[in-house]
Amino acid sequence: MTLVSNLINGISLGSVYAIIALGYTMVYGIAKMLNFAHGDVIMVGAYISYVSTASLNVPPLLSVVIAMAVCTVLGILIEGLAYRPLRKASSLAVLITAIGVSYLLQNAALLIWGSTPISFASVVPFDSVSLFGGKLVITAESIVTVAVSIVIMVLLNLFTKKGKMGKAMRAVSEDKDAAQLMGINTNATISMTFAIGSALAAVAGVLLCSAYPMLTPTTGSMPGIKAFTAAVFGGIGSIPGAMLGGIMLGVIEIFATSYISSELSNAILFAILIIVLLVKPTGLLGKAVKEKV
Amino acid sequence: MLKYKSLSKFARTNITTYGIVIIAFAILFPLQSAGMLSNSINGQLIPICAYIVLAISLNLTVGVLGELSLGHAGFMSVGAFSGVIAAASMQDAVGFEPLRLALTIIIGGIFAGIAGLLIGIPVLRLRGDYLAIVTLAFGEIIKNIINCLYVGIDAGGLHFSVTDTASLGMSGGRIILNGPQGAVGISKIATFPAGFILILFTLFIVLNLIYSRTGRAITAIRDNRIAAESVGIGVTKYKLTAFIVSAALAGMAGALYAMNFSTIAPRKFDFNTSILILVFVVLGGMGNILGSIIATTVLYMLPEMLRDFRGFSDYRMLIYAVVLILVMLLTNSSKAKQTAENIKFRLKNTFTRRKGGGSGEVSENG
Repeated sequence: MTLVSNLINGISLGSVYAIIALGYTMVYGIAKMLNFAHGDVIMVGAYISYVSTASLNVPPLLSVVIAMAVCTVLGILIEGLAYRPLRKASSLAVLITAIGVSYLLQNAALLIWGSTPISFASVVPFDSVSLFGGKLVITAESIVTVAVSIVIMVLLNLFTKKGKMGKAMRAVSEDKDAAQLMGINTNATISMTFAIGSALAAVAGVLLCSAYPMLTPTTGSMPGIKAFTAAVFGGIGSIPGAMLGGIMLGVIEIFATSYISSELSNAILFAILIIVLLVKPTGLLGKAVKEKV
Repeated sequence: MLKYKSLSKFARTNITTYGIVIIAFAILFPLQSAGMLSNSINGQLIPICAYIVLAISLNLTVGVLGELSLGHAGFMSVGAFSGVIAAASMQDAVGFEPLRLALTIIIGGIFAGIAGLLIGIPVLRLRGDYLAIVTLAFGEIIKNIINCLYVGIDAGGLHFSVTDTASLGMSGGRIILNGPQGAVGISKIATFPAGFILILFTLFIVLNLIYSRTGRAITAIRDNRIAAESVGIGVTKYKLTAFIVSAALAGMAGALYAMNFSTIAPRKFDFNTSILILVFVVLGGMGNILGSIIATTVLYMLPEMLRDFRGFSDYRMLIYAVVLILVMLLTNSSKAKQTAENIKFRLKNTFTRRKGGGSGEVSENG
């Protein structure tokens, strides 16, 4: 039973990583940049949800919507102010700018909310489910997390495959200049991608803090790094890859924590990542790009 | 006498870089000895030296070799903790402190170099962002492993354990590494002149490497790997060389850094530290060694200086972040570049027009 319960916890944590990884992978696919500030958008989302429930007495579900709205605006602002002027700059310059944005968000949060950890009240209104006479307890948070991530995955797939905006996104990520020639507004499309990614980050932030209720200004950075790893693991730029990578990473992390050593769980996680990348250098579902001479 | 401009590029770079470092030391050292530096600056001197070495060494990987590494703090960590263990085991054997410090730094460098070799062989098969993420992963792995490491020393020599201090099986003696708490009870033997000498040593190694046959091969790989391969440059060999040298120098800096504190925890050398060094390198200019030195000094001091201004101290990291973003936007965005070009063009125009008008006071350069 512990095996099953670990597996469920792993899938649940992995679903959060997957939602965050979707943001990373979409932005990477379209703008070819590593958005290191993405992890901090998670943290902002969680704080917004916390503030609206604790101080403004908004119902939890509505607080998630508010958090998503704020993060969407934040994502569009970050992209427009910091990344858009650097569209043609070297990828390293954009990376450093993203790091600057990450510092900015962390320190702004530190000034506004302070460094004391906030215990985050879960937004999930149900009780845990207990099966087999109490041998297997599944927390409501896990169920909701997994369900939400499945819904997001399906919607996102439909959006990118069928929707006009989604088609534009795929076109821009394939070839920005050609897409522009076909009359696609690339800047608007990239803004849209950041908006979606940031809204997802807000959802992930709320789900993460519901399951692990400790909120500080640096809460987002480690899950951010791990989700980024998950995106690379699954093949960066690929949406199903991000989902698969996230869930696998979550399961590996929980298993390594409970069966090997909690201190070494991150080391094991990253070691597996390295092995996968050495065997398959473009990630699990990534496409290998042929090199032209 | 030789004219500065007639010298080779190598000689000019050498003279300016060494010159600035030596002048800075010649000014700071007497001030420090006379006790005229404020406490906050005094405490920053050795860390700055260490970070300058780290930035130069990372510049070798990122700027000269052209591979993004996000795990440089990992090598710093290996150097720091192997240095701490070495220093503790030599405490009685080598009484003369500068010699013990030198040996500590060398041992730190050797261990970090070995780590660089072990990591470099698999990592350098990858490219671009994948290489970046794997270096990040290695940095985290190193941090995690040292976090679980317990080392003690007694009359019987060194004892290692990965569980806790009790299982070290010590008879008396003392603990050197205490798991997540890191190294404890380090005798602080690092000095500012030692840091200065380490910077000179690093400059000597890196500048000579860049302007050697090997260095040209490395830059050729950076500029066009396929072309370099086709003229018979062994890509793996040169990449590995640059990577190992960079790791070893980072290890030496780490050892110096650790010897400046009485305790140091493994989590000090995390992803954020790697990023900090990368920021120094990128803002200083990729492949520009002098740029790394200046950027490190300015950026390391900036938060400290802001601390001294009343009313700013709470906002210092916020200001740092804003400065970082603005500098990147001003130096890299196409609009800013265009504006700069426009201004230059206009200035030139006004100056030439005035010159045509007969005013002789304007210089040629505008």
